[in-house]
Amino acid sequence: MSSARNRELTALVPVAVLLTAGFAAVFAQEDTRLDNLSLIYGAYFLAVCVATHIFLRIRLPNADPYLFPLVALLTAFGLVMIYRIDESLARDQANWFVLGLVLFALTIQFLRDYEVLERYRYTIAAVGLLLLLAPRLPGIGEQVNGAYLGVKIGPLAFQPAEFSKIAIVVFLASYLREHREVLIVGARRVLGVTLPPLKHFGPMLVVWGASMFMLVFIRDLGSSLMFFAAFLALLYVATGRFSFVVIGMAMFAVGAWFITSTVPHVHDRVEIWLNPYNDPTGSGYQILQSIFAQADGGLFGKGFGQGLITIPGTHDALLPAAQTDTIYSLIVNEVGLFGACAVILIYLLVAARGFKIALLASDGFSKLLATGLTAVFSIQAFVIIGGVTRVIPLTGVTLPFISYGGSSIVANFVLLALLLLISDRARREATEPGGRALSLGERP
Amino acid sequence: MNRQIVKLFGFIVVLFAVLVGFTSYWSVFDAKALKEEEANKRPLLEQQQIRRGRILAADGTVIAKSVPKGKGDALRFVRRYPEGSLYGHPIGYSFVREGDSEFEQFHNDTLVGENSEFSSILDELTGRNQEGNDIVTNLDPLAQRTALSDLEEQGFGAVVAIEPSTGAVKVMASNKPYDPNRVPYELEKLNRNKIETPLLNRATQGLYPPGSTFKVVTAAAGLESGTITPESTIDAPGSIDDEGHILANDFEEDFGPIALDTALTNSVNTWFGQLGQQLGNDKLFETMEKFGFNATPPIDLPEDEVEPSGVSGEDGLLTARDPVDLARVAIGQERLLATPLQMAMVAAAVANGGKLMKPQIWNRVVDPDGRVTDRLDPSEYSQPVSAETAAELTTAMEGVVSEGTGTNAAISGVQVAGKTGTAETPGNAACGGGEEENQAWFIGFAPANDPKIAIAASVECTEQFGNDVAAPIFADVAEAILNGE
Repeated sequence: MSSARNRELTALVPVAVLLTAGFAAVFAQEDTRLDNLSLIYGAYFLAVCVATHIFLRIRLPNADPYLFPLVALLTAFGLVMIYRIDESLARDQANWFVLGLVLFALTIQFLRDYEVLERYRYTIAAVGLLLLLAPRLPGIGEQVNGAYLGVKIGPLAFQPAEFSKIAIVVFLASYLREHREVLIVGARRVLGVTLPPLKHFGPMLVVWGASMFMLVFIRDLGSSLMFFAAFLALLYVATGRFSFVVIGMAMFAVGAWFITSTVPHVHDRVEIWLNPYNDPTGSGYQILQSIFAQADGGLFGKGFGQGLITIPGTHDALLPAAQTDTIYSLIVNEVGLFGACAVILIYLLVAARGFKIALLASDGFSKLLATGLTAVFSIQAFVIIGGVTRVIPLTGVTLPFISYGGSSIVANFVLLALLLLISDRARREATEPGGRALSLGERP
Repeated sequence: MNRQIVKLFGFIVVLFAVLVGFTSYWSVFDAKALKEEEANKRPLLEQQQIRRGRILAADGTVIAKSVPKGKGDALRFVRRYPEGSLYGHPIGYSFVREGDSEFEQFHNDTLVGENSEFSSILDELTGRNQEGNDIVTNLDPLAQRTALSDLEEQGFGAVVAIEPSTGAVKVMASNKPYDPNRVPYELEKLNRNKIETPLLNRATQGLYPPGSTFKVVTAAAGLESGTITPESTIDAPGSIDDEGHILANDFEEDFGPIALDTALTNSVNTWFGQLGQQLGNDKLFETMEKFGFNATPPIDLPEDEVEPSGVSGEDGLLTARDPVDLARVAIGQERLLATPLQMAMVAAAVANGGKLMKPQIWNRVVDPDGRVTDRLDPSEYSQPVSAETAAELTTAMEGVVSEGTGTNAAISGVQVAGKTGTAETPGNAACGGGEEENQAWFIGFAPANDPKIAIAASVECTEQFGNDVAAPIFADVAEAILNGE
């Protein structure tokens, strides 16, 4: 018997109850009568979760017990929100949730020895970059709101950036595991600033170049920021040199400033962010409506299903892209500041569990991989929530596990699978009699 | 590496805290300003989806209601006013595009059922939609109709009727009226009409020289301050010298030494002019302010749609410290301007034993389940005069109607107390600039021994006197109310 899995199972029960209650609330709102369909949805959801739980019990008995329930909670919340927006979208989302779980299971099944990833790191990096570029390829690329984020092959459409973020984190974790010593030892102090050795500066420049390249070609400030921030986080954890982070940020700022002032689409995004009231019915419409929706939410929100998404009597959007970009604004609108804080808290708990896995992991690659995956996940949440709350310019990144979108759901379940794989091994080694002793005080 | 991982987590915590901070700012701290933002149509669209509560007359007549239009998500409510122009003032209008006014604006939160955050959570848990509350007013349909049709016969003007003991406003009529149902179609046209100004509520925004009706206030100040007693006499010649000007009685009639009763009954200018001079600024303004002058009347209408009365100077209303021509203020002239509502408050205070109750149009709030959730609790605004002074004033005012200048206000079988007023307004642009134009007034209450109603009636641009045009309106409206009881 594994106590970790028992805790996981216990934690799943409130998730299913919450989902059922959420659907019930939407039903009550729409039909003014309680439909037993909400109970059926709740039961389905619980069944899928229990199946996944049993799978985890068999394959990864020692893995972190809280991550899966936390993610299930986010997914359940997202499903209810999307169901409330459009029933058919919720059906898609539920299918993707199941598909995500299948890929989650396949990843756990076939990547038990995830070090194998290290062997193919350049291939993985190449695939990751290719995925990023795909939306610009003629024939399959797709432009959305001026940014190139989508790929469409026949009936299949997806956002490759969601998958490439995993590939790039895998590559960076592996590369930095191998080179962190030289990056630290070879560093020199020039004019009081610690600089990385020139020889190893190259690959960093490549990463910087790649993210700048993304800005220019994919034109998405959000993804670019997300990738580069994850890179800096990994660089910092691997080397312990804060100065590297400062240099990296300066380079990003200079590059972003230059590109912002030369690439029109990116420039517009920044301009809207700074002065949304210049064109309240045109380019500033989305961000302004996003903020107005939040203002309407107040402390406790208007209740599930009570918020306005379209202008009554028309199909004109009052909250554009409510199921994707601005879903957080709809959350604030309907469940208020308290509900939104609860959502942010769940993301923070996911981050805490992810970093805990990194702390427990014994080898450098596992540590860096767990750190990178957790960082990219958290920063993605920050980039989109920050976008709709006007902390940073609004860009088309999804809110992990909540936003409508198959690529996002599936890719994030693969990310979760990797985290749980690392966790299972780390906790097994930590608890096994005669296993390696924990060295929490380990220094780089 | 562990130390860096912990620091990185700390950084993520900071980032998320920033998100919580911004979300709090938009959703709570800056929410009010954002809701008033021009580009934000959300509050209007949401209000449109709420069935706004009805507004009812005292007898249950529906004055305003909301009717549904469209179905499902397109469902919205539109305001209808079944009585048309009868209650255009003081009820006002409420439309999504044109905004709202008067009573509709003042009681907006109640009418849309705006609850506290906590009770809306309760509503949410019980699966209940926001619904508006009905408001029952004190307005008396028969009296309101009488007032408006009488005014339409006599000319532009206003009538206000208040129940003295409670402050309940039973009539508030303003001519020229407008039909609130037409507002969505012709708001601009109504606004452009600068001569008839149909959107102006003359009862609360019409500032007129009160003329001799103000002598009631002067008399109150004299009695209350002890400057005079009901028995003391002042010599009232045909004319007196007032700061170099001549202040004369009608036809320069010389009354000789007379007491208050005779002076008020015959509306003797030289008597009240001298009383004003004897009182001095402090005593006269003190009494005026207790009657409600120099302040926005405490009625349930938006503050910017209710004008304060008083002596108008270049920078607003004058106070006791400013130099004024006291003799002419004392007879309701000089730069003194008053609204019909203010003069109705004067009559009501005298009628109620000297206690001025806050005038209120609303009477009770009825929630969607039919429960009365709030009821007008009559409250005192001030006590301008003692019960004794009020009784003395009443006696004098009875003389006005029984044998003086206001005989047309008499109602058979009911003792009436009142005061006429006729202020000359030559060259008034609103009246077309004629030289013979007067502002005719009557204020009073009935029955004099047990007052049930206090009324002010004022007619603009008339060549006749208060007793000719305003006193008959008083009698009609008072009868309508007294017969209805």
